[in-house]
Amino acid sequence: MTADVQVSAEPAVRLSEVSKAFGTGRSALLALDRVSLDVAPGEFVCLVGASGCGKSTLLNLVAGLDRPSGGTIQQHAAGKDGKDGQGSRVALMFQEPALFPWLTVTGNLELALKMRGVPRAERRERAGALLDTVHLRAFAKKRPHQLSGGMRQRIALARALALTEQEHASGTVDAQEEAAARSTVLLMDEPFGALDAMTRDLLHDEIERIWRERRLTVLFVTHNVREAVRLGDRVVLLSSRPGRVVEEFPVPLERPRRIDAPEVAALAGTITDRLREEVGRHGA
Amino acid sequence: MAHDTTTRDKRRDDAPDRTGGAAAETAAGRLDREIAGLDALELGGGTRVRLLQRTWSALWPILTAVLIAIAAWQAVVWSGWKEPWVLPGPRDTFPVFWDQITSSRFWNSVALTMQRAVIGFVFAVVVGLVIGALVSQFRVLRRAFGSLITGLQTMPSIAWFPLAILLFKLSESAILFVVILGAAPSIANGLIAGVDYTPPILLRAGKVMGLRGIGLYRHLIMPASLPSFVAGLKQGWAFAWRSLMAGELLVVIGDTTSLGVLLSQARELNNTADMISYMLVILIIGIVIDRLFGLADASIRRRWGVAEN
Repeated sequence: MTADVQVSAEPAVRLSEVSKAFGTGRSALLALDRVSLDVAPGEFVCLVGASGCGKSTLLNLVAGLDRPSGGTIQQHAAGKDGKDGQGSRVALMFQEPALFPWLTVTGNLELALKMRGVPRAERRERAGALLDTVHLRAFAKKRPHQLSGGMRQRIALARALALTEQEHASGTVDAQEEAAARSTVLLMDEPFGALDAMTRDLLHDEIERIWRERRLTVLFVTHNVREAVRLGDRVVLLSSRPGRVVEEFPVPLERPRRIDAPEVAALAGTITDRLREEVGRHGA
Repeated sequence: MAHDTTTRDKRRDDAPDRTGGAAAETAAGRLDREIAGLDALELGGGTRVRLLQRTWSALWPILTAVLIAIAAWQAVVWSGWKEPWVLPGPRDTFPVFWDQITSSRFWNSVALTMQRAVIGFVFAVVVGLVIGALVSQFRVLRRAFGSLITGLQTMPSIAWFPLAILLFKLSESAILFVVILGAAPSIANGLIAGVDYTPPILLRAGKVMGLRGIGLYRHLIMPASLPSFVAGLKQGWAFAWRSLMAGELLVVIGDTTSLGVLLSQARELNNTADMISYMLVILIIGIVIDRLFGLADASIRRRWGVAEN
């Protein structure tokens, strides 16, 4: 499955020697130390690391919520004519659904579409289509608190997908739009961390399906090594304080994978050993 | 019911050769069904209590409390602590109360008092909104005026009256001035607290969506601060009502009759039953309006799922 990733194409995201320090002078804390990483269009990359590896900081930087102290982040954000600026095709999803409680499910999605410049007339329909994608059409008029944690997280996913959408989506996806869709990056910050195991398993299948259908580029942060191997084309291991890329592990396993498959467990074991080695350095 | 369905699905997965249909089922279809099953399980079934039952369970503690209060009042009268003409019992007071609330003079007084209350409160809301918006927006103003606003909130409004009378003489303006000063700090504080406690995670989500400037206020900060703002309104109303009563007792304008004027006239005539009747009316109006704010507050909280229960 990894063979069809277009490694030859320009990367959807390229991080070159990215550093991030918080504070100044002697008390400054270096969160990220010269992290370089390319994510190919359509690739599913998982970042794993122990606490303090700057995973969330990294996603904030890519999402444009924060500026790096050093290095550059390039995004191949191909709009229709390349006009769209950097960061305009990024969607970020958190561990919490972070839905607006005063809006209905549809209202939440429509607001995201509005912010993407989708005309009012199209919003209702497009929101409905997104709800179909996450199988929650029947709950369009509910408010977030009326849904379960897993359902809320799927709405949050639908909202993130809304942010990756084109202004004028039509039923048919032509080549140009497809190229643009491939360069939209979905950033996920431990999105399933707060869910129970059963729900998480189902959502793994769900996110894999949506990733494939929509040809998304995904940068997925998790502390769960098995989850990373279950989902990723590639697993990138980060060290802690400061965050550095320790090693990258390609995942040459056939999809769909099961999280309890022996091959997944074996690779996860290798990565976990390497991770423990890293964590051990801090105890010495 | 839903639970049965999922268990059955699981069994079908384990033994795909049991029926031909299950074996032919696509992986995608199965995933859809499993997710739908889990959704059904997680939502569960809520129980709805009937309206009548809900009303009664809200009402009976209040009725009991009223009965206990009346009983205590009667007990004090029976103890012979004061002469009956100084402290009449409920049996002497309620007929007077009834006479009062069926007289037009009384309703004219209530109308004047309520008019003052509403005008004062509306002004207080405007002043509170402007101050709250400015202070929550600019950090310098916050540092300069934040504690001053809280200080004003705790200041007894009656202390403003000497100044108000000097500034405005015995006029409507004097009363209005004190009502606004009493209510505006609470309203401003409610707004400031609401803006301050907009959940950071929602702010992050808003930024990812590209909300900034006016849009950020319109779509995120204003709705997020609404519950706290309504709580501020409720408290502001309580302060406005107290200030107004103090004002009507102190600032008597010409031959106007308001609840405060009726109250002080009853005292001058040693007419305790009338006086208690007016006090009851003042209490009831305060409670009713407070309940209205409470209902608005509760309905927002319920809709947003932030109710305590």
